[in-house]
Amino acid sequence: MDRVPVLKIGDILLVSIQIDLDDQTALQLQEDLSDRIVETGAHGVVIDISALEIVDSFIGRMLSTIAAVSRVLDAETVVVGMRPAVAITLVELGLSLNGVRTALNVDKALEILAEARHIHGVGLLAAREDDVD
Amino acid sequence: MKANAEARQRLSELLRSHEDEVLQRWAQAASRTLRGRLTDAELTAQVRDVYGALLGMVDGDGELAGALGGESRAALTELSQRWARQGFTPTETANLVFTVKEVALGLPGAEPADLLALSPLVDAMGLFTFETYAKTRESIIADQTEQLLELSTPVVKLWDGVVAVPLVGTLDSARAQVVMEKLLQTLVDTGSGYAIVDITGVPAVDTQVAQHILKTVVAARLMGAECIISGIRPQIAQTVVALGIEFGDIVTKATLADALVHALRASGVEFAKRSRAV
Repeated sequence: MDRVPVLKIGDILLVSIQIDLDDQTALQLQEDLSDRIVETGAHGVVIDISALEIVDSFIGRMLSTIAAVSRVLDAETVVVGMRPAVAITLVELGLSLNGVRTALNVDKALEILAEARHIHGVGLLAAREDDVD
Repeated sequence: MKANAEARQRLSELLRSHEDEVLQRWAQAASRTLRGRLTDAELTAQVRDVYGALLGMVDGDGELAGALGGESRAALTELSQRWARQGFTPTETANLVFTVKEVALGLPGAEPADLLALSPLVDAMGLFTFETYAKTRESIIADQTEQLLELSTPVVKLWDGVVAVPLVGTLDSARAQVVMEKLLQTLVDTGSGYAIVDITGVPAVDTQVAQHILKTVVAARLMGAECIISGIRPQIAQTVVALGIEFGDIVTKATLADALVHALRASGVEFAKRSRAV
């Protein structure tokens, strides 16, 4: 069975989907990814779908679920590289990928994640200072 | 059928024996309605074409749609295409064919039976001319629509990471689709994080147009770019509210300048006025 590789870069997991996902592979990916987040303690997940020509409602829901699961595990998910045709189809289908952040490319996704971490970090720091006071 | 063939035979002889007279009178009658927009020589040449087509039918089986009518059809098609492109009215084009009845009536030795034989032929030719004329016009309109579609959707780069689509004219489904595809493709190609949809040139916004714009914005968002709608005139703002269209959390600005400032601020560009050296 095909498996989608999950790569760890720093505290970010990078998933580049290069094959057309069938339902089984998608479920497997969902499972692998949550395992890896716990295992590595990653704080960000970048899913590259630039090679996907077809995103159906199942894959759409999978992306939403992955984002929700990662958020529970304290990792932000960013989906990158969606093709114009895919975006148009999703809009026509009425799917808006609720709760999923998107970016044009991996560069931008890393920026978003760094920013989110930064704000998050500052928040923690501020909270700690409050405690000291 | 046989009677018809005999009548056509007589008609053919009648027309051929008075060829010059027929052509001259025909051109004269046709030129009355054209008021000098064609030179006499051009008109005569074209009348000759129609005359040739008519004779072709009279000598053939009398059917324009039949196998023997091919040449006549070709001549008439060419004529009405030319007239449609040159801007003559449909009436003028059809009249060119129909005036032959009037001409034939005035020929010496013309009998009612001849006219009876001539009439259906001319009617068929007139209808055919009219139909070809309409088809030509339709194809001209189709061409122009396509050209308009190509012309009217530029995506321009305003700043590093900021692109804009100035929409001009009415937005229907076909155009909205083209605009959407082009904008999204540009976002991918340039890696721009902000897109401004400027609707200053859109005369009216109804629910359908708003729907198209909203779809574009949502699609751009799915790809990871932020969309700003600008150029909303006071009247349009009122219509939008009256129609109950919800833009949700989409940023809307009154002018393109405001939208650009918003996009630049959001992407972290700082503005500072240079202090004047005294």
